[in-house]
Amino acid sequence: MSQALISAITEMREEDARQITTQLLDGGADPLKILDSCKQAMDIIGDQFENGEAFIPELILAGEMIKSISEILKSHMTEEVVTHKLGKVVIGTVQGDIHNIAKDIVVFMLDINGFEVTDLGVDVSAEKFVEAVKETEATIVGLSGFLTTAYDPMKVTVAALKEAKADVKIMIGGGQVNERICVYTGADAYGQDAIAAVSLAKQWIGA
Amino acid sequence: MFPMPENWKELTVKERQTARLQAWANAGLEFTTPEAKKAYEQRTRMISDVVQLKKPERIPIIPWVGVYPAQYNGVTVEKLMYDYEVLGDTFRKFNADFLPDSLVSCSMIGPGKVYELLNIQHYHWAGHGTPPNTSYQYVEEEYMRADEYDTLINDPSHFFQHTYLPRVVGSLGPWAMLSPWTNVIELPLVAMAAVPVGIPNVQQSYQKLLAAGQAALEWFGAVGPIENASMAGLGLPQIISGITKAPFDYLGDTLRGTRGIMLDMYRQPAKLMEAMERLVPIAIELGLSGANAANSPFVFMPLHKGADGFMSNKDFEKFYWSSLKVVLLGLIDAGAIPYIFVEGGYNQRLDIISDSGIPAGHTVWMFDQTDMKEVKKKLGGWAAFGGNVSGSLLKAGKPQEVTDYVKRLIDDVAGDGGYILANGAVLDDATAENVHAMIDTGKEYGKY
Ligand code: B12
Repeated sequence: MSQALISAITEMREEDARQITTQLLDGGADPLKILDSCKQAMDIIGDQFENGEAFIPELILAGEMIKSISEILKSHMTEEVVTHKLGKVVIGTVQGDIHNIAKDIVVFMLDINGFEVTDLGVDVSAEKFVEAVKETEATIVGLSGFLTTAYDPMKVTVAALKEAKADVKIMIGGGQVNERICVYTGADAYGQDAIAAVSLAKQWIGA
Repeated sequence: MFPMPENWKELTVKERQTARLQAWANAGLEFTTPEAKKAYEQRTRMISDVVQLKKPERIPIIPWVGVYPAQYNGVTVEKLMYDYEVLGDTFRKFNADFLPDSLVSCSMIGPGKVYELLNIQHYHWAGHGTPPNTSYQYVEEEYMRADEYDTLINDPSHFFQHTYLPRVVGSLGPWAMLSPWTNVIELPLVAMAAVPVGIPNVQQSYQKLLAAGQAALEWFGAVGPIENASMAGLGLPQIISGITKAPFDYLGDTLRGTRGIMLDMYRQPAKLMEAMERLVPIAIELGLSGANAANSPFVFMPLHKGADGFMSNKDFEKFYWSSLKVVLLGLIDAGAIPYIFVEGGYNQRLDIISDSGIPAGHTVWMFDQTDMKEVKKKLGGWAAFGGNVSGSLLKAGKPQEVTDYVKRLIDDVAGDGGYILANGAVLDDATAENVHAMIDTGKEYGKY
């Protein structure tokens, strides 16, 4: 572990984080160890988000830092890193809605908590969700939506998914979504925030 | 048009506001019945009282309505964007059937033909990329690049003409060839500035713009009588006329996108601050020009990317509130009344926005998912507020639940004035029974 790298990332010092990575590599450090430090830093940021100490800018910038560090590491890695994933989640913003900020945060948090996430993007039709679940064999689906006009597409998507794969677990969330809408759409659960998304997913895979 | 008094410069801020409110209340409409006239006077009086933190005769009910009237009338949004007769039927019917205390305007629906002629790239709209019965969609991207701050700051108008518009408005692509009109300072420079206009592509772009202008005027000509029928026939005052935004959203929604602006907060905070400062007078002018043209004091301001969760309170104060506050003060100084839609939750921000630097009785704050008892505690006696009846309740609740909710809300926060009853998120999808329940409960239960 490199405490210097972890601090640079968690303190949002982008340039430092890059430099430290290069220095570590020049000093012969194992790229996998550097990746571990990145993961540790992300866990800390995840906790900060949970505690209301980190917000969207920090999550976005942290994501950028990890991306650029991974780029630097790529050429130094001999083999693909195989990480054990907890479970598979398919997620997207439902049809007719393009709000993606919150969904991206949910993806980010699921990802750093060990899930393999397939992000279908925004304005995703029920058919696309069904297809993706078949393809990935995911057991959990997350539907995001910010518009009241997303309620009905959510309902349609839940029905289509349950028909295609009866045991799939579906969680929904987004600004105008709440328990009432969970009942309305027939989803299995409503999650108030990305933290809830993670605990629901963990609960469903029995982790 | 707002008839600005000759002694405007000598008036105090309060007198300016009063002048605007009076001009709005005496709009010179030709009411169809004496009842409509009376209702108009009553409504403008109630709303004025609320703004000035006095106790009105009844709580005014000002729902925030998007595309729901289409659903209510059984037509698509797409139809309304192209067929102005149906547009008129739909909005006249909505206003007459629900009778809120302000005009539900058809102007936000917009003309599909104009968008088509301009070949708008950054929005999808009903039938053009989104389902025929839904609101428009914004395609959020970095339409201004991270390295373009200086160009924007140097000359925002030219940046829009030369860089932004060609990227988002397909028909104006060739405008990237135009030179700044501020170049025109000596006779030979007149010709130089005109040269690019002669280029065939540019000529074509102007032809498309001329056609779009004609179509826009046609639409505008249709909208006027539609609004007027409800205003003069039912006595509904128009609230929203001017629109403007917080400088952070001006940049974050329109130019840099969420990802872009959030990265700028870390990568180039000084440039971001400078750009927002540059946009302040532009944002003020944008709001005032609308208020002046429609002769209504209210300037609508939706707040987007400063809500709880978007950034820390410290960043909110620095990046969001500091320039927003200057815009608010600029509008207030001109006698206008910022009518602020506080989207999402502002539970962490109430102490910051109830800023003692903003004079009492000059702003209106409409909330969605903010705790209204806290709002009352922090804003009561300083600014008018309202909102909060949720979209999920209006769509998936029962009328009795809506009635109960509205009553509780009124008991909790309506106190002795300064309060407006409204839904929290723009009304796009709901049941008619629930909307009636909200409005009718307000009318019966909201008498002081
Ligand atoms: C930012 C924003 C935009 C941006 C979107 C940019 C983008 N790239 O996403 C822009 C400016 C483009 C935009 C456009 C529009 N918007 Co908008 N927008 C918002 C705003 C202000 C914030 C939404 C947001 O991103 N929040 C940030 C996230 C992080 O907050 P959060 O909710 O806490 O997120 C957590 C939870 O929701 C949860 N979660 C989210 N998804 C999921 C999924 C699962 C499975 C789980 C478990 C949890 C979960 O986890 C998240 C992380 O902790 C909201 C108002 C608001 N504040 O909610 C309006 C709002 C959603 N928009 C609205 C509207 C109407 C529009 C427009 C149609 C037009 C307009 N008038 O503005 C357009 C078009 C949108 C469309 N058709 O899709 C309305 C919707 C009202 C309604 N009745 O439906 C809202 C509610 C504003 C309002 N008060 O009326 N918008």
